[in-house]
Amino acid sequence: MTEPLETGIRPRSSDKDSGRRSRVLMKGNEAIAEAAIQAGCDAYFGYPITPQAELLEWMARRMPELGRAFVQAESELGAINMALGAAATGARVLVSSSSPGISLMAEGMSYMAGSGTPMVLVNVMRAGPGLGGIGPSQSDYFQATKGHGHGDYRVPVLAPASIGEAMELMATAFELAERYRTPVMVVVDGILGQAMEPVELRFRNPERHAFDWALTGAAGRPARIIKSIDLVPEILEKRNIALQRKYAEISRQETRWATELMDDAEYVLVAYGTAARVARSAIEKARARGIKAGLFRPITLWPFPSRELARVARHAHAILTVELSSGQMVEDVRLAVEGRCPVGFHGRMGGLVPTPDEVVGALKALHGKVERTRERERKQQQKRHAGRAEGQSAHGRAAVTGPPERTHRAEADAHASVRDGGER
Amino acid sequence: MTLNPSPELTARPGVPRLIYRKPDVLLDRSTHYCPGCGHGIVHRLLAEVMTELDLPAHTIAVAPVGCAVFAYDYLNVDFVEAPHGRAPAVATGIRRVRPEAFVLTYQGDGDLAAIGTAEIVHAAARGERITAIFVNNGIYGMTGGQMAPTTLLGQKTTSSPSGRDAALMGYPIRITEMLAQLPGVTYAARGSIADASLIGKLKAMIKRACLVQMEGGGFALVEALSNCPVGWGMTPQESLDHLKGPVIEAYPLGVIVDRGVAAAVAAAAPAAVESEA
Repeated sequence: MTEPLETGIRPRSSDKDSGRRSRVLMKGNEAIAEAAIQAGCDAYFGYPITPQAELLEWMARRMPELGRAFVQAESELGAINMALGAAATGARVLVSSSSPGISLMAEGMSYMAGSGTPMVLVNVMRAGPGLGGIGPSQSDYFQATKGHGHGDYRVPVLAPASIGEAMELMATAFELAERYRTPVMVVVDGILGQAMEPVELRFRNPERHAFDWALTGAAGRPARIIKSIDLVPEILEKRNIALQRKYAEISRQETRWATELMDDAEYVLVAYGTAARVARSAIEKARARGIKAGLFRPITLWPFPSRELARVARHAHAILTVELSSGQMVEDVRLAVEGRCPVGFHGRMGGLVPTPDEVVGALKALHGKVERTRERERKQQQKRHAGRAEGQSAHGRAAVTGPPERTHRAEADAHASVRDGGER
Repeated sequence: MTLNPSPELTARPGVPRLIYRKPDVLLDRSTHYCPGCGHGIVHRLLAEVMTELDLPAHTIAVAPVGCAVFAYDYLNVDFVEAPHGRAPAVATGIRRVRPEAFVLTYQGDGDLAAIGTAEIVHAAARGERITAIFVNNGIYGMTGGQMAPTTLLGQKTTSSPSGRDAALMGYPIRITEMLAQLPGVTYAARGSIADASLIGKLKAMIKRACLVQMEGGGFALVEALSNCPVGWGMTPQESLDHLKGPVIEAYPLGVIVDRGVAAAVAAAAPAAVESEA
């Protein structure tokens, strides 16, 4: 399985000399599918739904070619449970769907989380609720990050912002799934699924480990059981506690994010996926107008990079969250920021994408408001200082503004184990 | 795979013939099933057949939701628990990545004939090479005796307190007959645990359903008509009498279809394939 595979991608004549590292133009859904194949995916189960159908179609052609398993299931329920069965035997399994189908998969995800079955699920998000529409959306953030199905569980959620990054994260997703015995979600919006971008054909096939839990037939060893049921509350609570420990470990070890132009940024845009691409363009425009803006981009939506964002919030004048939703991630942003600075939001719904100009407009409005408040407070502070002895601290400042100066404290060291996502 | 009957079970001159022995694959556990419940008999038959066919070491079984969710407490083979009704999908996933495994599902009638109809129909339609054991006692036992799709007309349950009324609650489903129409189904039969002679016949059906898989056939299903004394509000003996009377009348016993492995293989592969049958 570690041998490099033929990709099934026909490089154009201009690409062919550089072989496997050549850059080719690929559609997101197909690139994700091929990256999963190259990452050693043994089995794929799916059901047609827009805007992820090309992923299923790519698998339908490629998996049988390679002697691997492909089943077009009778429903998303069927697909996710086929995944449960295949993954229970230790196979590397991929399932993909789009929002309404992902809802149907909540049951299976909960069982897999509860029984510790690794699997990767790609959600090419479309607009909801209900059948909604087929336009791009990020309105499944709550669903992805707050547990999806029933019970106390989470799954790591990876959110690439380009097709190239999506390809890279497919290998990471399998790695995380197997390392922590958990389902992992990769979320892209319909744009990343449908758009074509030049990508490097650079793949990674994570190392295989022998699983001491996989069902292979009990020859020469005690029988193994993969289950989530436990009717004794005391035992079930222990299982739950173990699960929560696992999640704490994932939070410590696997939080990922990226930052751009943050060194001098006073205004921070927080966005993931396609929204981050829009935010990037908006930042350029804002800087041209004198607003020092930077980008903070969560790559793992769960675990959310809360600590790092909190650190950013200490220096930021304000944060603007941009999403293709009514404002879902912004709740986690506010929880992380804890009032250290104002948090604004701009989003579009229904399959629409905010334009950079719209975002700049929202940023300018926020900027104006914050600067006015800061100016007012500066004056009040001067007045107070004038009437007091020198050196007195500025307690009682309204929580809405960030302090003009505050230094890093011990907290920064305590969180040093958080992995840096780095610049992209 | 070859037949490997336990040597102790084979008569030899001068050696006493062993006629009763607990199959090794059956674990020594006290049962959680209610007194008089038929699940234990079906477990036992399955254990005997699996032992006789030398299956336990490479079996991957799928447990349902319902009374038999704890099947793994009794059968010493690898088990995965499926969500309610999804056992055939889970088994499909196993089958597709483990062609060498013996794949077994065990489901009740609420699981298979209500919430899991899509999964069972499509696993059967695909002709998945799995052996499905379907225990039909006409009621939701685990949740307290509610009406199942298989509940007889007029039967009182906790969710049909005045008896099942066809006008409001529809008719019992003979799902094994429905499935038998699908070309992907190599073998479909209905037996019962109602008495010793029927238990012997049921065992033969289970064995055939296992052999179909071992020989490369398609989907094989055995429905075991069973009882639920507690859910039916009867003594164990009354429940067996009821089973032999109106229940078997509503669900006729016998082999519903046996297309033979050769037919299944031919249907699965357009090219000529070697076959013994």
